[in-house]
Amino acid sequence: MNKRIELKNHQQEIFNFRLRLFISIGFVLLLLGILLGRFIYLQAMRHEYYQTLAEKNRISVMPIVPNRGLILDRNGVVLAHNFSGYTLEITPSKVANLTDTINDLAKLVDIQPRDRKRFKKLQAESHDFETLMIRSRLSDEEVARFAAQQYRFPGVEIKARLFRDYPYSDKTAHLLGYIGRINQADEDKLEEQDADANYRGTDYIGKTGLEQYYENELHGTTGIEQVEVDSAGRAVRILSRTPPVSGNTLILSIDAKLQEIAEQAFGDYRGALVAIDPANGEVLAFVSRPGYDPSLFVDGIDADSWKELNDSPDHPLNNRVLRGQYPSGSTIKPFMALAGLFYNVRSPTQTINDPGFFTLPGSSHHYRDWKQGGHGSVDMFKSIVVSCDTYYYGLATELGIDRIFNFLSGFGFGKKTGIDLEGETSGLLPSQEWKQKRFKQKWYAGDTVSVGIGQGYSLVTPLQLAAATATLANGGIGYRPHLVREVKNSSTNQIHKLENAPAFDVKLDPANFDLVKRAMQAVTQPGGTAAQASAGALYTIAGKTGTAQVVGMKQGEKYNASKMDERHRDHAWFISFAPVDKPKIAVVVLVENGGHGGGTAAPIARKVMDYYLLGKVPVPVAPKAAIPAASAVPDVEVD
Amino acid sequence: MTRRQLWQRISAHLDMPLLAGMALLMLASLLTLYSASDHNFERVMSQGMNILVALCCMWVVANLPLHYLMRTAVPIYVVGMLLLLGVLTPLGVNSHGATRWLNIGVATIQPSELMKIGVPLMMAWYFEKHEAGLTLKNFVVAALLLLLPVGLIAKQPDLGTALLISASGFYVLFLAGLSWRVMGGLFVAAIASAPVMWKMMHDYQRHRIEMLFDPSQDALGKGYHTIQGMIAVGSGGILGKGYLNGTQTHLDFLPERTTDFIFAVYSEEFGMVGNLILLTMYLFVIARGFVITANASTYFTRLMAGSITLTFATYAFVNMGMVSGILPIVGVPLPLVSYGGTSMLTLLLGFGMLMSIQTHKKLVKS
Repeated sequence: MNKRIELKNHQQEIFNFRLRLFISIGFVLLLLGILLGRFIYLQAMRHEYYQTLAEKNRISVMPIVPNRGLILDRNGVVLAHNFSGYTLEITPSKVANLTDTINDLAKLVDIQPRDRKRFKKLQAESHDFETLMIRSRLSDEEVARFAAQQYRFPGVEIKARLFRDYPYSDKTAHLLGYIGRINQADEDKLEEQDADANYRGTDYIGKTGLEQYYENELHGTTGIEQVEVDSAGRAVRILSRTPPVSGNTLILSIDAKLQEIAEQAFGDYRGALVAIDPANGEVLAFVSRPGYDPSLFVDGIDADSWKELNDSPDHPLNNRVLRGQYPSGSTIKPFMALAGLFYNVRSPTQTINDPGFFTLPGSSHHYRDWKQGGHGSVDMFKSIVVSCDTYYYGLATELGIDRIFNFLSGFGFGKKTGIDLEGETSGLLPSQEWKQKRFKQKWYAGDTVSVGIGQGYSLVTPLQLAAATATLANGGIGYRPHLVREVKNSSTNQIHKLENAPAFDVKLDPANFDLVKRAMQAVTQPGGTAAQASAGALYTIAGKTGTAQVVGMKQGEKYNASKMDERHRDHAWFISFAPVDKPKIAVVVLVENGGHGGGTAAPIARKVMDYYLLGKVPVPVAPKAAIPAASAVPDVEVD
Repeated sequence: MTRRQLWQRISAHLDMPLLAGMALLMLASLLTLYSASDHNFERVMSQGMNILVALCCMWVVANLPLHYLMRTAVPIYVVGMLLLLGVLTPLGVNSHGATRWLNIGVATIQPSELMKIGVPLMMAWYFEKHEAGLTLKNFVVAALLLLLPVGLIAKQPDLGTALLISASGFYVLFLAGLSWRVMGGLFVAAIASAPVMWKMMHDYQRHRIEMLFDPSQDALGKGYHTIQGMIAVGSGGILGKGYLNGTQTHLDFLPERTTDFIFAVYSEEFGMVGNLILLTMYLFVIARGFVITANASTYFTRLMAGSITLTFATYAFVNMGMVSGILPIVGVPLPLVSYGGTSMLTLLLGFGMLMSIQTHKKLVKS
């Protein structure tokens, strides 16, 4: 009985399966039937229509590449523009012997080994059917010579193209960045943003700097031209045309002249300078020295030039403003003083006695002041003017790292400023949590001591310090630093101003700000650490010098700049703003291996302020042959 | 061993009718590829190599007895799932906005490709294990075996592959005897959830469906593929423009014409008559697949053979439908014809299983 049921079930099951198999066959026939119907519709009923499209009128949809938007400074000075020129281009798949062809071409136009190397690199990155540039910016004579011989070179052609030009070259390289050929990574990104259609026909895209950040504004909208082509694929007539829309013009807050003066003020020094309008966060000058020639990258850089730039000990490709991370040194002291006032750890009049060193309770380790023997009795005002280290060792210890972290975060330390450039680094504002995560160690009291004078773990970028200085100058209300002021629509000519709401609001008694500002003003007056650089100014300056150690020193060792390797000398800082009462400009200068802030950094800031506030152009001096030895710096030991 | 014996040894587990049908399609592939690649013989040779490698793998699978085949189901599925999960880790490689690939050091692999075989295999194995008394619960478990990998693949996002694997899994459920009432319910639910799905889709996926209704609104972008595909097919007419004479092909109008759009090249040059011949070749392969399915001796092999055959038919339909403008553009190659090593291998592994099912059953019965 059981057996029969099983058998029956089995038969039933086979029957069910067969039934479903037949349904499947019907399903497949239905699908094939749908296809057949579609073929009949397209190939029999609508054949003539598609025949017309394909055979009689071979319509080709051609992209028309828009002109890239211009970049101007705040006064309308052109910083990036396009010019048309001729290029010599080769389609490798249409050329029988590439080397011979290039050798023959070299007899007609100037082809350097550099051009050949670049072409090789280009070829490795592209498909053979793509047209690749061998020479750009041909002279009229070269164009004429090639045109006469063109019949000998199938697969080689001259094309008129728009080139990007940066008139200020290396002076604006770190700011503007550059455009370069679209590579696979760019293509992937464009596809991701569904923007690949708009980049049909476009060869270049912003790679770094503002060119990259504002790519969407600068690129414009690609036009479409429907053309009829004959059987050989040549365009016969234009059927319809949707014109391209040029990219928008960027109007920067940068003052090109100020930028130039700042660049020149550095002489042979490496370093960074940021000038900001404290009232709105507009960046007036953005200098990272040394710069590099951006046009090298536009046409695709050859391996030798790249190696030279990349391996240079001066690191010209490093954007020091944005990505350079340095100990802040004593420039942190005004902010530490504000923290002391904010948490009522110090009153303005409270004094400490500085014997020339600081010790933690229960420890014999001497945290030395820069001045042997100390500053004697020091209150807050004096602590800033003479840059007393002992005062801040004690203040930091009493505040504790948590409160220091909280307060300095409010000024933007340890965070990206959010400037309109990619690749910013965030510096380092250490905390207990950070140390635990980074070193799996607890925070020691000794760690806090050195944070008080901007050494130890803490790192800042010049941009961060500039934003914080501007916030201090503006009485606690700070803005996100930004470079683009306005965007001018290329078709409507309407100007769209980019609004910038305050990003920081450090709520503190205005009297406290006043105290610190007055102390910073005294820094630039006789007796202060930046007195010499500020002498004779027709406006008031508030400032603070600083030095950042490059190499650590042993207990009891003495710093002697003249005996050190030049690249191991301290970095010089100067933070400043002017006029003190109604600040119009905040300037932060970092001079790498510059030694003392008052000696090398402050004079650079002074030149920038003189031009910005008075319109005074510095008298050009012949650049010094070598970086001056530390003996040129008045007081080596002054911090 | 004489020549004759050697041949017998090689061909013992090959199904000749199926192989003949496949060979015709592969021949069409090489011919069309030569035209589509602008007479690039290297491309043709490279596809020839793809075919040879895949045929060798097929031969190995065809010679595996069924109990071996069944034993591979769980390991393949588990490894496939692990690889799919691996894509979510930092080892996943993102390209074109989707994370579908896995970097395993020596190469980048696409785990979803493995699951095209792994999922139906696992489901068929599961049904075989519970053959004695299938209840609704078993179907729910099988559906979960399907939905887990499909969900992961849809998240990558790779909607095309997710849908195709869903289809192959659904075929297993259907052939296993999923009740009509449940299927009706699912159908109604699918229709009802369409608006929600639409909302959940990525922009580019929505874009591709919109293109289907009005390709002209994006004539430079995605719509371009659809328009040019339709022009190629339509202008081919009844008899086609002749081999190597397709204007759409040779004037560079057709995108991806050696891979996903190779049917447009074929259709333009061989016309409706050529299409009919191609459909007949596909129908022949599919029919042979159904014969093997009908003759299969065990529950597992019936389900597996049916699913492989139906999935093959679906691929062919989806590709031709997309090129002729009735389906949205999803990255599905024309089976056995499009250029590409991976899809060729996956397909031929499936056919190897079909052959194993056909040629080993006598042994099982005895």
